[in-house]
Amino acid sequence: MSNVLVLAEVTPTGELSATVPSLLAAAAKLGTPVAVVATAPGVGSALTEQLGSLGAQKVYLAETDAAGSVLSGVAADALTSAVEALQPSAVLLAGSIDGREAAARLAVRTNGGLVHDAVDVRADGDKVVATHSVFGGAYTVESTVEGGLAIVTVRHGAVEGTADAATPEVVNADVSVDASKYAAIDSFNNVKAETTRPELLGASKVVSGGRGLGSKEAFDLVEKLADSLGAAVGASRAAVDAGYVPQSYQVGQTGVSVSPQLYIALGISGAIQHRAGMQTAKTIVAINKDGDAPIFEIADFGIVGDIFTIVPQLVEAIEARAK
Amino acid sequence: MRIIALIKQVPDTGGERRLDLTTGLLDRDASDKIIDEINERALEVALAYKDANKGTEVVVMTMGPEDATGTIRKALSMGADSGIHIADASLVGSDSAWSAEVLAAALQREQFDLVVAGNESTDGRGGVVPIMIAERLGLPAIGSLDSVELSDGSVRGERATESGSMTVSSALPAVISVTERAAEPRFPNFKGIMTAKKKPIGVLSLSELGLSEASGGRSVVLSTQERPARTAGKKIVDDGSAAAQLADFLAAERLI
Repeated sequence: MSNVLVLAEVTPTGELSATVPSLLAAAAKLGTPVAVVATAPGVGSALTEQLGSLGAQKVYLAETDAAGSVLSGVAADALTSAVEALQPSAVLLAGSIDGREAAARLAVRTNGGLVHDAVDVRADGDKVVATHSVFGGAYTVESTVEGGLAIVTVRHGAVEGTADAATPEVVNADVSVDASKYAAIDSFNNVKAETTRPELLGASKVVSGGRGLGSKEAFDLVEKLADSLGAAVGASRAAVDAGYVPQSYQVGQTGVSVSPQLYIALGISGAIQHRAGMQTAKTIVAINKDGDAPIFEIADFGIVGDIFTIVPQLVEAIEARAK
Repeated sequence: MRIIALIKQVPDTGGERRLDLTTGLLDRDASDKIIDEINERALEVALAYKDANKGTEVVVMTMGPEDATGTIRKALSMGADSGIHIADASLVGSDSAWSAEVLAAALQREQFDLVVAGNESTDGRGGVVPIMIAERLGLPAIGSLDSVELSDGSVRGERATESGSMTVSSALPAVISVTERAAEPRFPNFKGIMTAKKKPIGVLSLSELGLSEASGGRSVVLSTQERPARTAGKKIVDDGSAAAQLADFLAAERLI
């Protein structure tokens, strides 16, 4: 089987990125999963066992001091070197900021072709076929690369399953990075608050709030319901524009697209802008005081009523059942 | 300083967007076509620097169909000085790698200190074109900046990481892309709209750029299917028992 490279990103604190398990699972569908790791000396070698447990049969390890100071160049150089050494049939990367930048540089250097935001991959003969969910799931598109190496960025949380665990062979690569070709990392600022709430992207349940909440303080209601369900918290563009929550909460055409098992929309009218980011949810529940709100056209269970009355009752009912 | 802002014509995200089911390409006639809002933010970064630093020139560049002139006029009305429009019928359906190759060839003809783009378009969402351009031009790149501090000779800013953020910087010339957090775009004023009509727009064809077809691999659409529309389910008006009924529904669906 041909080698399939995965860029295994490592966080500034030296942990494997949350994107790695599903990338290795996707790679196993196409060939022999090889994790390419570009880190500061000592950091990557500590991760090989974990990469093996996630399915990497080989680890291509590029350890260099430049990893913490050169922006995205180290990953691009490590991948370029790995492509030359291992002649892969495909390279898979996360759709993260760093993943995209490495993918972009690699595509130009190898004269490869890039398909992005795959929600699934499969091999068809010697072709790599990627599936995409376009315009918030309104369309399913299949694409491939012709005339060059297939470079695929994969949507976080989209590819399910796991690869069989392996004991990886480690290849130590000597990658010298010309720092003058890249931007510099001056400092890291690890500020993300510790939260037990799941991340919006890839969450199995999402509770979102809209303009109907009326204020930043009232958004607590959305969070209370989300916590009672173990759900992630989202918002409509109207709620973001009104300043109730940060932009990272936005679900919709210009925000995050989610496909959870359960999506609860509170005080959200359901403009196309919003619907395009959540209409592929398996079950949609909407509560809105306006019975004509378009969100009801796609809701499996709609309640016309006051969220400030109904949601506390619902939280109580959910907690009562949990006991 | 000379800044080139990359802009793109996209379907309005406020309306329904459609794909052509036979070609898999965007159905450009199905929706209103506007300048991508992320490009307005990128342009704002350039214009804010121009406001504070006399002698700064801001040029907008787009690759797109003939009517993409409208997006250039919008940018000119916001305050850009001139436009460059790469228009060629053979560019229909070009993928990100080919788009970047064409834009890089057009940029190579220009003097500039900074190229600024949006981090991802609202229709393609690839987020790779600015970095591909940088790689082709041999320039440093910083993608997805949440904030931008531009000074004579360097650019600095913050960008997100999985666990927080980092401060990054580069000497100029460089290519950057910005996120929705970077700047709030201005609205064109009446004077801007009037003077935009007189500002120059240069039009370039592929042959003028010395290009004919993509040099590398291509992404090819194999199939396009429309997902069936969702239908409405149960809808009740709250009579005091709605929360209990919803809890029953969620339990029956094994969601709680």
